[in-house]
Amino acid sequence: MGILIKGGHLIDPANGVDGKKDLYIDNEGFVAGVGKAPAGFKAGKTIEAGGRIVCPGLVDLRARLREPGLEYKATIESEVHAAVAAGITTLCCPPDTHPVIDTPAMAQMIQSRAWRFGLAFIHPLGALTQNLEGKRLADMEALDEAGCVGVTNALVPVTDTLVMRRAMEYAATLDLTVFLHAEDPWLRNHGCVHEGEVGTRLGLPGIPEAAETVGVARDLALIEQTGCRAHFCNLSSRRAVTMIAEAQRQGLPVSADVTAHHLHLTEHDIGDFNTQCHVRPPLRSKQDRQGLRKALKSGVIGAICSDHQPHEPDAKLAPFAQSEPGISALETLLPLTLKLVDEELLALSEAIALLTHKPAQIIGADAGHLGVGATADVCIFDPKARWVLTPDQLVSRGHNTPFLGWEFRGRVTHTLIGGKLVYQHATAS
Amino acid sequence: MKQGLQFDDAGRLRHLLTIEGLSRQTILEILDTAESFISVGEREIKKIPLLRGKTVVNLFFESSTRTRTTFEIAAKRLSADVINLNVSASSTSKGETLLDTIRNLEAMHTDLFVVRHAESGAAHLIARHVPAHVHIINAGDGRHAHPTQGLLDMFTIRRHKGSFEKLKVAIVGDILHSRVARSQIHALTALGVKELRVIAPKTLLPTAVENLGVRPCTDMEEGLDGVDVIMMLRLQRERMQGALIPSEQEYFNLYGLTPVKLARAAGDAIVMHPGPMNRGLEIDSAVADGPQSVILPQVTYGIGVRMAVMALIMGGSAEPAGGRR
Repeated sequence: MGILIKGGHLIDPANGVDGKKDLYIDNEGFVAGVGKAPAGFKAGKTIEAGGRIVCPGLVDLRARLREPGLEYKATIESEVHAAVAAGITTLCCPPDTHPVIDTPAMAQMIQSRAWRFGLAFIHPLGALTQNLEGKRLADMEALDEAGCVGVTNALVPVTDTLVMRRAMEYAATLDLTVFLHAEDPWLRNHGCVHEGEVGTRLGLPGIPEAAETVGVARDLALIEQTGCRAHFCNLSSRRAVTMIAEAQRQGLPVSADVTAHHLHLTEHDIGDFNTQCHVRPPLRSKQDRQGLRKALKSGVIGAICSDHQPHEPDAKLAPFAQSEPGISALETLLPLTLKLVDEELLALSEAIALLTHKPAQIIGADAGHLGVGATADVCIFDPKARWVLTPDQLVSRGHNTPFLGWEFRGRVTHTLIGGKLVYQHATAS
Repeated sequence: MKQGLQFDDAGRLRHLLTIEGLSRQTILEILDTAESFISVGEREIKKIPLLRGKTVVNLFFESSTRTRTTFEIAAKRLSADVINLNVSASSTSKGETLLDTIRNLEAMHTDLFVVRHAESGAAHLIARHVPAHVHIINAGDGRHAHPTQGLLDMFTIRRHKGSFEKLKVAIVGDILHSRVARSQIHALTALGVKELRVIAPKTLLPTAVENLGVRPCTDMEEGLDGVDVIMMLRLQRERMQGALIPSEQEYFNLYGLTPVKLARAAGDAIVMHPGPMNRGLEIDSAVADGPQSVILPQVTYGIGVRMAVMALIMGGSAEPAGGRR
């Protein structure tokens, strides 16, 4: 007996679908029909989706689940519940766990933990170097075999340029994508905010734009040299995206993402030391935010991600520079992206593409689309529902978000994974 | 009207965290009040009973002699009970957070915390988490603010120059790392000086400093040209290590205040320094001890200004109605 999602507006950018269409899901959990019922289809369950948007489950390229190692902040169990409540059905976790994901056993352990809950799929990223130390290469082939969708040194800089070159060459040998956090560690120094107007006013040490552009320039030169495929994570400055655009024009195999919060906030949101706005890379100027938005519109940036980093409350109750960076962001990923539609930067289908099949392509995952035969990972949301974010609504263990009190339009009502209803909002029927 | 953390619902000054956001009128009221307290220090019996029965804790996470002492004297002249606590870095490494320290002291019924901390924003963090009846005075947080220093500097300028509107002022030295400079800049722009320059090599000038309403200047002689007030800053000797300046000698040659450079300023210009001075590094002794120096009076005025701030904050009579922007 299958599931019928009835009367909804189906948006499936990968297949060019954008219209009122019923979705038929067979009892194996695959899409059996779009728009018209397949022969002999019987619905065991019908989800009324009138007035709602039906789209592929969201794919988030970067979420820290804090397990293993930092379970006092969050766990895989707590965060996959938050993910499905946010319509996210696939997510990538960086290897900077404790211990680091630099062995196949660690990669498999994380996937099997997630598997047990039957909620969001977790694709680990493997370490680029052993223990992220930037000295010896991690066993990339073994990590690939164990299900890692790419390799990265996460936020730990590989300062030795020769090691970086070798790591890229080796990844290219295995056809693995290298995920890069391009940043020059010396220029970042002890900085904790954008080096600009607000950092100057508050007397907080700044991270200059050049920390990012110097990092991007170095990595682009090495990509050109080695021919490796690379994905730039979390770009924060206008000039850096201009450099990526130029590299793409020249045909280099590079992609890029941005976080939802960098598309909405600037250094000015720090106000008087709001530690909830302490993120890495830092929130930059209005011009930078504008540059990121433009790059999103033009396609230079191919994905919006949450960069979810749940924290315990104490992590933010410290003087700004001593507070821990990061936002608990899974549950604002879709609402913040829909705000870009309200602000007329993106069409709704473009916005959904940036949260579904485009990020799926970057990690080479078979996800983010709903053609006949696809796994039925589905997100259904009410695009008109207005709501205000309060702490009690957050499913994530981390309540560290600067968006408390923000009014959003659009709310997830149902999430299905492999044809199974795994989340239904309390007000949804 | 955006009040900010420093004001209570009625618009009265509740904490003093930064000069940014204080109106010209509020600053002048503090200076006027300080004026009336200065005479207390000149009496035989240097005490008034304004804060009798109140407990003031000087909570210094960073060492200081001058600032802590003047706060202590100020509180004692107002008849408050004063406790000095120097919390060394080691106690935070014992695992107690800043807020834990505050909560413990709060449980001892403290009325006012005077806080110095090495991190920018520490005083704001504390102010955000204390109950309504507890007051905070920021005695210096990282590179951010040192509002009582800024106010005593304004007091000094007014004593020697009368009013602010016609003054050209130059702040010289390590602007980048200086909380004193930031407080001086906010005070001087609020008081509406004619021109405000900051003088330093590019390595010691913060990015976008002109957004604070100042004119950056890298040539000292040009920057001092015709100014009425010169405010020198202390240069930390560890700046040599961060590749910010090459040597003490070169710094003194370019940015040390010598009689020759002083001659570029107006004939009756005054020279200020928040102390402690590095003679021969940022200032020549001939200038520091010279007739245009008002460096020692600054210290004396500091007591009166700190008495005024404590009295206004704790007495609750801070602002005249409608006195704010």
